Amino acid sequence: MKEIDFNSLKPYGDTTDDGALQMSFTLPIEPSAKAREAATQLVRGWGFFDVKIAHMSKIGVNYCLFVVMARTDKGVDYARIEVPDLGGEKRTYKEIDRLILANVKRPIRIVGACTGFDAHTVGLDAILNMKGFDGDIGLERYRGFRVVNMGSQVPTEELIDRAVKEKADAILLSKVVSQKDIHVADMRDLIMRLSKRGLEGKFIIVAGGPRVTHKMALELGYDAGFTIGARPSDVANFVYEKMIERIDKAEFKTGKKKSGK
Amino acid sequence: MAYASTIPLSVKKIARCRQIAKSIGSEVASLVKVNSTVGTERAVMRLLGFNDATNDQDLLFPVANFICDQMKAEDRLHEGALYWIANALITTGTDIAGLQARVVRREINVGTLASQDSKKVKALANQLAKAAYQNLMRYRKDRVQIAKKLKDPVKDKRPLKYVIVATGNIFEDVIQARSAVMDGADVIAVIRSTAQSLIDYVPQGTTTEGFGGTYATQANFRVMRQALDEVGKQVNRYIRLTNYCSGLCMSEIAVLAAMEGLDCLLNDAMYGILFRDINMRRTFIDQHFSRLICSKSGIWIMTGEDNYMKTTDASESGDQVLASQFINEVAALNAGMPKGQMSIGHAMEMDPNYEGVILMEIARAQMTRQIFPEAPLKYMCNTKYKSGDIFTSHAIDTIFNLIGSMTNQGVVLLGMLTEAIHTPFLQDRSVSIRNANYVLKGSLGLANEFGYRSDGFIAGFAQKVLDDAVKLLERIDRMGIYAAIEKRTFADVSRTMDGGKGANGVFEVERGRYLNPFFELLGSQI
Repeated sequence: MKEIDFNSLKPYGDTTDDGALQMSFTLPIEPSAKAREAATQLVRGWGFFDVKIAHMSKIGVNYCLFVVMARTDKGVDYARIEVPDLGGEKRTYKEIDRLILANVKRPIRIVGACTGFDAHTVGLDAILNMKGFDGDIGLERYRGFRVVNMGSQVPTEELIDRAVKEKADAILLSKVVSQKDIHVADMRDLIMRLSKRGLEGKFIIVAGGPRVTHKMALELGYDAGFTIGARPSDVANFVYEKMIERIDKAEFKTGKKKSGK
Repeated sequence: MAYASTIPLSVKKIARCRQIAKSIGSEVASLVKVNSTVGTERAVMRLLGFNDATNDQDLLFPVANFICDQMKAEDRLHEGALYWIANALITTGTDIAGLQARVVRREINVGTLASQDSKKVKALANQLAKAAYQNLMRYRKDRVQIAKKLKDPVKDKRPLKYVIVATGNIFEDVIQARSAVMDGADVIAVIRSTAQSLIDYVPQGTTTEGFGGTYATQANFRVMRQALDEVGKQVNRYIRLTNYCSGLCMSEIAVLAAMEGLDCLLNDAMYGILFRDINMRRTFIDQHFSRLICSKSGIWIMTGEDNYMKTTDASESGDQVLASQFINEVAALNAGMPKGQMSIGHAMEMDPNYEGVILMEIARAQMTRQIFPEAPLKYMCNTKYKSGDIFTSHAIDTIFNLIGSMTNQGVVLLGMLTEAIHTPFLQDRSVSIRNANYVLKGSLGLANEFGYRSDGFIAGFAQKVLDDAVKLLERIDRMGIYAAIEKRTFADVSRTMDGGKGANGVFEVERGRYLNPFFELLGSQI
């Protein structure tokens, strides 16, 4: 039996390191012998060999579907791959809900808003609204969260006032508009105003938006930054874990808990 | 043991559900009677023909909104928009097109024009409404004429194949829709840009950018309608077009859809309240008006019960779905809608890993079929339990198609193998339609070939859902629908009477003072 080459990791079909794969795509042409040849050359051009057009058929008018089998000899050095650990453990909403009720023992209070002139609540609603996003239900639906969604165009001061009033554990800031880096300015604004009011470190602060990155959020003083593709359960899990961190710290300080777990 | 072509369901219990729903319906009716909204008033203006837009720093702002704001600022909405439009026509001595042009040029403020003799104004207002109503009937007639020349797939005695297009660009949508029709689709739904329901105006013109969908605009409706009529001719099949009639512009969208020849509209009694946090009053009032339009325009309403199953465990929330279906039915009846226009919604949304899940899905689909025998039921594929595993996803869709066929659903909203990944590619939709073509054709007549065990699992499951629905409806009736929604009866979410978006667009109207002859013209049963 041939050993798997981890320095040049390749797809597996039925023979170790055969580099076999299947793909499908559409070309904007009618099916024909010429179309078949075009697809074959296209896939070869991408660096594949043993290209077999397994299927070619018409879609509507002027379009053609291809299913292609091919092989590659380009591997990847698996041993040298490094992925920074960002999100922690992936959990479902039910698991997170159960963990909150068991370990936090009360709903986590969360206040979310789009600040400044930003009228785009798409991201905020996707995370907070009942319906959620992509089959992943929103935080409103969790028993473990009490959500205040302030909507769009909320002045930063009002967001802070509300967070104080609600005794919030976490603040969620959503920034969609990013012309002239307005999202960065508004994100900075929240941190500055919090520190002016002596509320630094009081809340878990999370930002989200298409141009927000985790790295940039950390640099601005946020606990996390989520971007496109983040699901409500990702945000929920992060906030929960941060909550636990805080509870552990508080208990350690008041001597309720001995160091370590 | 006995077998029958239907599941034994208690006729008494079904009648009891309808009786309770009627009482819930009259609770909503009493709210609709004494209130109106900016959305409804704008819909009235759109019926009259105010469908142009003003240009404000390159942003197109609809004239209907512009005038509505003028009236609101001067506290004139209480008479109804129609009254002040008629007043403006008399004051300026112009017609609607002329008035619109002058508003666009910012020459006139309808809110501050001098008041005319109210008798004269009312007489003109009624005349305008009648003319608008006749126009609406003409749009319907034109549509019927076009449809008549083609074969209607409804006559094929199989579910209609419903697919979505959602590129964000109406012209790309046309390419996708045309291909889908060539492959066998019967209904094209243009998915709206995310959260358009929360925008308090209808965008203007054709659009080429959207988030997860394409903006619903009058011009976009027209582009797609024309494309479907063209390709429909090529395949000799009448192709239905649908869009979303929900959110803050619900009633306006209904008007624009009727004008542009749409056949169906997704329109649900409680969807906006529960899932988009739109104010309750706003939703119920706008919805009644939107359903009046649909009713008289021959537009099918498609209800959104599939959403309850997405947020709760579908194996346990069947009673919520059924209760909501009855509420949707009664709200449509209040708008004078024939049952054949009620495309009552439901979905296959149970966890595919449950033992017996396919039996449970058959039970629910067949039960819904029996309880709403005249409705062209809209049955939706599984979306909640789909992942990036496109192969398993395709397998689930196959079973969905089969259940849709064997339980005689009116419309099957086809699943996409890439459901959990992106809005469908051309090939995803094509593969999905091929699947449905095979299953629907291959299983034609299956429903008439076998029976359900009267003491079987399927019968038992359906009966329990019905029993639970009776109990749930009784509980809702005791509380009242508003309190029920506040107390998390549906989808585990709480909404209050005064909370939610668009609440400030609702206003009380006084009998005698408020003028809206469309209620009567369109056959309101409230």
